[in-house]
Amino acid sequence: MSYEERLQNVSVLGAAGKMGSGILLLTAVEMADTSLKPEFKGKSFVLNAIDVSDQALSGLMKYLYVQVQKMAEKKMVQLRQFYSNRADLIENSEIVDEYVRYVISLVRTSTRIESAFDSLLIFEAIKENPELKGKILSSIDTNNPKKPWYFTNTSSIPISEIDKNSGLEGRIIGFHFYNPPAIQKLVELIKGEKTLKELEAFALQYAKNMRKIVVPANDIAGFIGNGHFMRDLLFGMKLVERLSADMPMHEAVYIVNKVTQDFLVRPMGIFQLIDYVGIDVCQYILSVMNARIAGEDLHSDLLDRYAGYGVKGGQFADGSQKNGILQYDKNKITGIFCLKRKEYAPFIDFQDRNDARLGNLPANAPQWKTAIRVKNRDELFSGYFDSLRKTESPGAKLALEYAAESARIANQLVTNGVSHSAENVNTVLLTGFFHAYGPVNKY
Amino acid sequence: MNPLRRKVYMVAGYNTVSMGTGRKEFNPKKERPGLEYYIKEAGQGTLKQIGGAGNVDECVIGNFIAARFNKQANMAAFFPYIDEGLRYKPAVRVEGACATGGLALMTGIKSVLAETADVVLVVGVEVQNTVKAIYGADFLAAAGWFQNRKNGHAYFFPGQFSDRAGAYFEKYGREKTRQALARWYRNAIENARLCPTAQEYHNATKDLEAQGLTEPNGKSFVDHLNVFDCSKVSDGASAIAIISEEGLKRVGIPLTDAIEVAGWGQVADDLTKDPQDRTALSTSKVAVEQALQRAGITRDQLATAEIHDCFTIAGVMAIEAMGFAAPGKGPDFILEGKTARDGVIPFNTTGGLIGWGHPTGATGVHQAVTILEQLTGKAGDAQIIIPADKPYGLSLNMGGDDKTLVSIVYRRP
Repeated sequence: MSYEERLQNVSVLGAAGKMGSGILLLTAVEMADTSLKPEFKGKSFVLNAIDVSDQALSGLMKYLYVQVQKMAEKKMVQLRQFYSNRADLIENSEIVDEYVRYVISLVRTSTRIESAFDSLLIFEAIKENPELKGKILSSIDTNNPKKPWYFTNTSSIPISEIDKNSGLEGRIIGFHFYNPPAIQKLVELIKGEKTLKELEAFALQYAKNMRKIVVPANDIAGFIGNGHFMRDLLFGMKLVERLSADMPMHEAVYIVNKVTQDFLVRPMGIFQLIDYVGIDVCQYILSVMNARIAGEDLHSDLLDRYAGYGVKGGQFADGSQKNGILQYDKNKITGIFCLKRKEYAPFIDFQDRNDARLGNLPANAPQWKTAIRVKNRDELFSGYFDSLRKTESPGAKLALEYAAESARIANQLVTNGVSHSAENVNTVLLTGFFHAYGPVNKY
Repeated sequence: MNPLRRKVYMVAGYNTVSMGTGRKEFNPKKERPGLEYYIKEAGQGTLKQIGGAGNVDECVIGNFIAARFNKQANMAAFFPYIDEGLRYKPAVRVEGACATGGLALMTGIKSVLAETADVVLVVGVEVQNTVKAIYGADFLAAAGWFQNRKNGHAYFFPGQFSDRAGAYFEKYGREKTRQALARWYRNAIENARLCPTAQEYHNATKDLEAQGLTEPNGKSFVDHLNVFDCSKVSDGASAIAIISEEGLKRVGIPLTDAIEVAGWGQVADDLTKDPQDRTALSTSKVAVEQALQRAGITRDQLATAEIHDCFTIAGVMAIEAMGFAAPGKGPDFILEGKTARDGVIPFNTTGGLIGWGHPTGATGVHQAVTILEQLTGKAGDAQIIIPADKPYGLSLNMGGDDKTLVSIVYRRP
């Protein structure tokens, strides 16, 4: 079966979710672009968007419409070629409208799993729950006579395990997009023990067509991305517990978040990232990893305590941030959850005091926004880390401690065989987490 | 050519800011002022200098295509919105794509020559940031023949001039030409930095020539030009008064604050025909020759020129059309520094279309305002030296791909 034939009937499970909607968008566009080639004229292409909620699916269609339009506007040169034989489509606006209409026409929304029974390729982007994934994939596979291939977007569960639990005999591969899939360039590609070679070749072609950067990871729970993030998170939690011996815990959270954002020149602090991903998702990933990785305690009581008070994080439908460990007003941080008082403590009550406690950033501290635009950043960050070492401030010391831990985690991912190289870990952090520099460096 | 039957002057120029990407205050996500705002600001800017609306006999507004960018027509009736004193005065809107402003000037000049007016208020305006550039390209494509649109580029006019650049590279060599385009870009931005209303006034790029040498990418844009080779999308208006000797007395402006229209060339070529030679602007050449001839001067008497660099390659070809360099030698003329502000003949001293901006319907009027400011010593930081033996300036305003042309020669009285 050719690449194009495989794309003729595709289903996305969890299509209205945060990851699923992006995967659906990219697949819809890839399907449309494939089907618009002259040799596929007259062939039918179907993309099933399957999710549990009609309401969410309706929101998905609105999202699709806006996003496809934006993508069409960006590839006008190519689209004018696609439609060069359509005498009725002359202006760019007419071509964009036609293209959007066409892409949307490929998508069938459904709340029934049966819709996937005719599919040749099935994308799984449902909850990070091993049992649920196993149950749904096996029920599709027993009812689908076409022996479909499966892409799972799991970020933590070993592929071989899903394969075994669902009886897929190697017809599955880990294709882990980063959030949001339509924007993030990174895909972690994870082969299980039995993953078919042809499936891997297909996955690489699919990623290439979508201009994704593919980083291979070995089939160990958490892979590279969460392998680093979860341990980074646990270190942040431990640091908060340590610092809170001398200060209220929410102020320790403030300090660690600020150190990880401003002092380490990251796009967001560790607690903001936890909120972005969602407290419950982090808990799930940790529990999956903890049960499968021996000799390490991948668990945080502190994270569970927050969850116990109903602190959730995650995003609203419009993409804005919900309150989590931090409090937000239109994506701006305004407070921090206080476990003692069980409410958010506003920034103004403690910000200045703690900024003074941390000390100033070195004068040559780059801003993340500016730094990521610099092409060769070695000089920039060598100079900055030199200054951090020379600065006696508590903020600088904490930053260096955190950076060392991040490097240790990255190196551990290599020695434990999760990543083939430190370079791959760096690529994941640079492209999947938008860090301005890799954790393994000579700074 | 018939000599002018009476003297015609221009006075009281005014430019709004050329608004668009590059200006610090520009935010595409926020609501912005519309057509009427720019028309009013520019119109009032000129009226204030000529003693108010009561002194105006006729009004001309130049606008290319508000019918699509702003869903607005009947533009002549905006004059009373500028000032109630303009109610019931004769007003007309003219259009000739990007040469609209030049045509507006010509219409005013002819009213004065026809003795139906002693004072004509001329405004040029375009507000184009109402849609994304990809849709604006559809609207601007109307400057070409619509039957060519289907096979044209997504970015229609950049596509046309990219084809011209490609032909030029092939005939005369690519490397030097690209260097000259980058130099043209640098000169444009450096001049714009001296003019507070310029769209590139805030441009702080250090190595402009390196930026100008960015390799074109035909997959996302056009084959032979990069985005720095192109004028930007602009909102803006310019206004000026065209006036007889009697008019000057009426508004009380001394001759030293005026420039005289010495000559012009106003020509059009067949919109439905492709250029015979993509490496040359043959219609522009005729327009400039006519303007110089009517003024009775040679190009060596020009102290400055404002030419239509909608694309850097158009700058190169305009130099050749004007006779400053032989075909294929325009790049040398630029690279030898002759068009720079301290060169033999400074071109586009406030940035031109690439540096100052290109609110299409306003551009021709903006060119006249710039020359007025230069020849009367009111160009501020952008002022160049006007040698006593070179009291002339020339503007060249082009509509479409070398189709509708207006070239005017101005003299310091």
